This record gives sequence, structure tokens and C-alpha cells, in this order.
Amino acid sequence: MSEAMVELSTDQQLADKKAHAIDMQSLGRVKQDLDIESETTCLDISGLDLFYDDKQALYDISMNIPQKRVTSFIGPSGCGKSTLLRTLNRMNDLVDGCRVSGKILLDDQDIYAKGVNVADLRRRVGMVFQKPNPFPKSVYENVAYGLRIQGINKKRILDEVVEWALKGAALWDEVKDRLHESALGMSGGQQQRLVIARTIAVEPEVLLLDEPASALDPISTLKIEELINDLKSKYTIVIVTHNMQQAARVSDYTAFMYMGKLVEFGDTDSLFTNPKEKQTEDYITGRYG
Amino acid sequence: MRIGLKNWYKSGEPWVWLNAGAVAISIIMVVGLLALIAVRGLGHFWPADIIKANYTVPGQESKVIAGEIVESEEVSAQRLRDAGIAISAEESEFFERQLIKVGNRDIYGSDFQWILPAFLESIEFSENIMVVERREWGNFYGFLKEVREGDRVILDDKPLWESFQQRIARAEGIHDDIYEIEKHQIGRINAALERLRLKERRLELESKLTNTAQAQLQLERAELQQEYKQLEKRLGELYQQFNQDYFVAETVDGRQVTLSIGSVVRAFQPNAMSLPDKVAHYGDKVWEFVADDPREANTEGGIFPAIFGTVMMVILMSVIVTPFGVIAAVYLREYAHQGVVTRMIRIAVNNLAGVPSIVYGVFGLGFFVYFMGSTIDETFFPEALPAPTLGTPGLLWASITLALLTLPVVIVATEEGLSRIPRSVREGSLALGATKAETLWRVVLPMASPAMMTGLILAVARAAGEVAPLMLVGVVKLAPSLPLDGNYPYLHLDQKFMHLGFHIYDVGFQSPNVEAARPLVYATALLLVVVIAILNLSAVAIRNHLREKYKALEV
Repeated sequence: MSEAMVELSTDQQLADKKAHAIDMQSLGRVKQDLDIESETTCLDISGLDLFYDDKQALYDISMNIPQKRVTSFIGPSGCGKSTLLRTLNRMNDLVDGCRVSGKILLDDQDIYAKGVNVADLRRRVGMVFQKPNPFPKSVYENVAYGLRIQGINKKRILDEVVEWALKGAALWDEVKDRLHESALGMSGGQQQRLVIARTIAVEPEVLLLDEPASALDPISTLKIEELINDLKSKYTIVIVTHNMQQAARVSDYTAFMYMGKLVEFGDTDSLFTNPKEKQTEDYITGRYG
Repeated sequence: MRIGLKNWYKSGEPWVWLNAGAVAISIIMVVGLLALIAVRGLGHFWPADIIKANYTVPGQESKVIAGEIVESEEVSAQRLRDAGIAISAEESEFFERQLIKVGNRDIYGSDFQWILPAFLESIEFSENIMVVERREWGNFYGFLKEVREGDRVILDDKPLWESFQQRIARAEGIHDDIYEIEKHQIGRINAALERLRLKERRLELESKLTNTAQAQLQLERAELQQEYKQLEKRLGELYQQFNQDYFVAETVDGRQVTLSIGSVVRAFQPNAMSLPDKVAHYGDKVWEFVADDPREANTEGGIFPAIFGTVMMVILMSVIVTPFGVIAAVYLREYAHQGVVTRMIRIAVNNLAGVPSIVYGVFGLGFFVYFMGSTIDETFFPEALPAPTLGTPGLLWASITLALLTLPVVIVATEEGLSRIPRSVREGSLALGATKAETLWRVVLPMASPAMMTGLILAVARAAGEVAPLMLVGVVKLAPSLPLDGNYPYLHLDQKFMHLGFHIYDVGFQSPNVEAARPLVYATALLLVVVIAILNLSAVAIRNHLREKYKALEV
């Protein structure tokens, strides 16, 4: 239901923007001189195929996701960008009949190798979902959850980390007086930032954001985008978004996907202003329905 | 303006009326049912006025009767004529007939008598007429003549009634002491002696019964015997005091009886009582009903052991069924591969809910009691054999049988709850590095707890009212002691117990004194409803609290 609505609004946006390429300057973006070749690789994806039962969803994806940069995946609905994101911390394992071949290296370790501790991987590669999903616990317990899982129960440590994580997610000032109230009483934007705080509390290396702002109002969206900017000095961030302006605003690198294939991957400035592929150009100028 | 029938039909109005009607009927039925059992049951405890009159049926000898009117009905004149009562033909077709509780079963042979009020003469409500509730033989109705201590007639300046009441109170005090000694102290010694016997037997079976062990046992036994001797002596004294006072009373038809004051529970003169007196008496009687042991084959006194047994059994059942049901549901929903086998298991579980309860009783008796019970006896309690310990119907087996009976409800409700937990919350937990088990334990199960409580509520509602299987696996009409007491091991899972549902059946249909028991059937039924309502409401309160805690999170 909500998925459909998001699609609808995206379609309308696309219709409005028809024949308008993204104007990078108007987004307040400072042109960066980035080169994918000179970056340190964080996640090395090579030859990745993914099947849901017999249906192939990803075709031979190969890309290097650079460290401590923001990489965004864009593309039309159903192109496989969320699927690709979820392979990065093996969330797809939860789907029945999902099969993966190819390699994803994190620190030269194949995350799909046998004997990999999936829980440990997911702690290193944190994920924030489209809809805020706080636990029905207090704000404090939400943030402390990941630590408690690791067996850290010392109040002094928890207090410190909770404060640090909430400050990191730019939420501390809003919630410091109601840490022990239910997280479910907060607004959607606050909840999403709480989820981000919860994720960074376990100090992951990579943050996967799956359309983190699509269920939020513009002001909350802005706050999340500012937060992404703050966080990129510490974490490698991968963000999936429907919204091309958002990708253009927040990301350093952008990957355009279409029908389960990686069409083009490069630094955001070049991809939006000077796409190499025809498909990419058609998409960012709104020629896809 | 006339609206056509078709339009009216199309407007949906008939369905609204139909629904409203159905709801109204349901409410009327529930309220009516409760009102009926409440009125019938609670009216029993009211101290009704005692009527005294001459009763002269044409063609029979005149006699004086006294008692309280219990109910009345209409009978046809023909039936009365057939019964040998000469009624002239020109009188009306139907006669009113009243059931009078005349008491004095030891004298008249029966507590109740049907009379025709048309033939009552010189009706009076004498203030002096008294009702004596006795520990045996039911009520006595009559006049107090004198009070005796042994053979000596008490003649002091106090009114006779007052000194009678004083002596009843004194006897009641002694009775309490006797009860305390017989039930608790001697009970404790008996339990200890039994434990010693079993210990000896166990040593014997393990061929470890050395002379020193035997001497030790003998010593302990002698100590207990000594204690018992003392108690017995004290008991003898108490009984002597207890039986020292007598009273002489005269029935309305002039027969004199001498009765021990020790046999009196309470005596009162309803015709002389003011309204506040009656209310106080009524409260007393209701409290006795709720808090006391039964007397006289369950037709008098209270039903506390039955309430206690019911609640105890339901609590034990809940404690057993919840973990099993939840674990089964978690496995089925979270871990098992969703395929043909799980579908078959689900069908089996659902069908289990449709099996008639008596079948569970038979299964419980055959499998739990006879098979498991006797195996446990042979393994763990060989010293008590051939007397069974767990190899006989009892509280444990009754609770387990009912747990089995209610298991499907808990499984289905829990599964329902688990399936409603949004996927996003599970993923949130997994994405933080929690394993599936940690996610289940810390997030999913707490969120599903309201659903589990719903299952438990349904289970309690079903189990508390169930009687048929219990008759086979542990309920008796009169249990000598409560399943929870001060003797080691305190909670006696092997004991048989009393149950309100079975009590209703027993009092209503197995009682030697049906007329006396009938109001108690209503009162007990009311109490059963109240007990189940309380159990349910407390579970609902817990569930609502949990729901409040885990609400929101739009799916």
C-alpha cells in the first residue's frame, strides 16, 4: 500500500521533471573532484548474481564501494537496488529461496564464504530501513539494544554509548529528558534518527540506508540528509533512494541500476551531468515512465 | 410517503434490526441466566420467617407444623384426590401447594413436607420459635426449654436464650481448638509418621536397613508417638468439655428432645430478628458458604475446598500449558520449514481442539495416570507400593490433562500473535547483529505476549468450566484436605481435590437430600461463574497492560 503510494508520487515527480536534467548547482552542491580509482575500497562486489527461486534478480554486478564515502543506488522501482543493498549484510538470507553467487569482499573476506558469522557481519554492516522500526521499548533501551546483545550490561558504559550515539544521530537534545519513555511516542523523523543512533551505537564500519527518508516529511528528510553528511567522515555509507535530487545532494558516488543490472557507476557529479550511458541519461532526465 | 419494501430492504435497515435483535437476545440471555442463579442461590441464605400453624387435611388427623416456606406450585385437584385427600368436587380445579422446610430430620424422618395452605389454621409467627443449625441431622425447629450442664439445670438470672447463646459460643471455641488439633497437629504427626514408614521401607528395599538406622527411626517414631499421646490426652479433655452442655427443646407438636450443645453450629429466632440482624446473619451465612468446609454430604456449610481446588487446578494448568503452547507455536511459526508437514501438524492441532473433553479424560486416565503415574511410582516411589503415589488420579494429572485440552487454543493464539509482528521489527533487530534466537527472545516474544495472554484467557475459560474429564483424573466429591498445606512437601500434586463444577453435579444429582441441596446448586453455580470471571478478568487486565506497552507500530 505505502509502496504503491511512493511509486505514484515518484511518477508524478518524474512527470513534472520531464526533460529537466538535475541542476546540480541549484541543489547547493559543491563540485567535488573525485576519482573512483584513487579511493580505498570498502566492499568489493564481483560477479554477483542473485536468484529468487528460478527468477534472477541481479545480473553479474561488479563494483567497488569506496570507504568513508556516500554511495547511492538509484534506478526505477524493481530494478534490484534494494536487493543489492540487502546482499551487503546478508539480509536476503531471510528470504526463502534466495540464492547468491559471486563474491562480496569486506576487508578481503568473502561475506558469503562458509563459516562466516552472519550476526557479526551484520554488526559490522548496519542497516536502516525504509520505515522507522524502533522496538517497543524506551529510547534508551532501543539504543542500548545492540550492546546488550553483545553482552554489555554495565550501566556506565551503556549510558556513555547511548549519549554518544544519540548525539551522533543529532537526536540527543530532543530526547535527553525522555530517555526512558517509549520510543513509539516519537515522530517519524525522530524515530528514523533513533534507528540510525541505534545502528551507530554498535559502531559498524558500513551503514546501509534503504530509502531512509521516503516515509518522512521534507523537514525530517532534510535532517536525515544533514546527518548523512555528518556521518560520512566516520562510516562508509550506502544509500538506496528513489529520489534523484536526494542522491545528487548527499552522495559522492552513484550507481544507476536497471532491470537487475548495474548500468553505470561513477562519481555523482559526472553521472548526473555527463552520463556515459544512454539509459542513465534517459532516467535522470525523466524519460522513463 | 410510503417507502417500498424493496427500498427498505436495500437500505440495509433489516440487517441492522437483525443484528440489534441478536445482540439484545444474547444480552438478555446472559443477564437472565445470571439473575436466575443469583436469585435462587443467594436467597437460600436469608433467614426466612418461621410459620407455625395447625394443619388439618379433611379426613386426616390434625397436626401442628412449623417451618419456612421454600416454594409453592399449583397442582390439579384430581391429583390431590388421587393422593387420598378428600376435596369436595365443587372447589376450584387447581390448588396451591407449598413446600415447607420443617427440619427435625431425626424426628420426622424428612426435612421437607408438602402442604396445602388452604387447610392451614391459626397461623402465627411466634417470636420464641428458634432455628438450630446442627452439625448433623439438619436444622431443628422448636422452642427452647432449658439448658443443662451435665445433669444440672442451669438457672441463673440471665434470660434462658442468652445463656444458651453463651454456651454455644463456648462450644464453638472448643470446636475450633479440636479442629486445629485434629486437622493440623495430628495431621502433621501422621504425615511425619508416614514419611518415617516410607523411609524405613525405602531403606529396606535398598537393603540398607541397619540396626543403627532402625534404632534411629524407632527413636523418631517414639518421639512422635509421645507427642501424639499428649495431643490425644488434650483432645480427650476438650471433648469432655465440648460435650458437657445440653439443651432441652420442644418441637411444635410437643415432643421433647435433649441435644448436646456441641452439636449446634448456630441458633437464632428469625421471627424476633430485626432487619439489620437478618442482614448480619445473611452476611455470616454467605461468608460461611465461601470460606468453610462442607458439612452433611455437601448439603450444608461452605464450599471453600472446591473453590480452592478449582483455582489451584486452573493456575497449575496455566503454568503447564503456557510454556508448551508457546514453544510449540514458536517452533511451528519461526523455525519449522513451512511445508506439508507443518500444515499437517497445524490441522492436527486444530482438530485437537474439537475432540470431546471426556475423551481427554479417558486418555488422561489411561496414559497419564495408569501408564506414566505407575512408571513414576515404580521408579521414584517404590517404598509406597502397592499403594500408588502418582499412579492414581490427582491434582497433577488433572492439570496436565486440562493443559493438553487447552493446548491448541494457546498454540493457535500465539501463532496468530507471532505472525502479526511486523517483519521490519525483526529485521531491525537482526540488522544490529542479533541472532534469530536473540531477536525472538528480546523483541518478538515480548511483542507477542498479549496474544499469548489471549490464548491463556481462552484456555482458562475453557478449563475452569470443564468437569467431565476431571471426574476421571482427580476430582472427588469430598477431599479430606486441601492440596496446599503446612505439611512437607506443602503442595500435594498427588492428592485428589474438589472442584466447583463437579460439586454442582454432586450436590444437585448425587445428594441424599435433594430438596436441601437445590439452592446450593444455584449458589455454587453462581460462585463458579464468579470464580471464572475473576480468573478471566485478571488475565484480561494483564493482557491489556501488555498491549498498552507494546502497542503502536502500525503494521
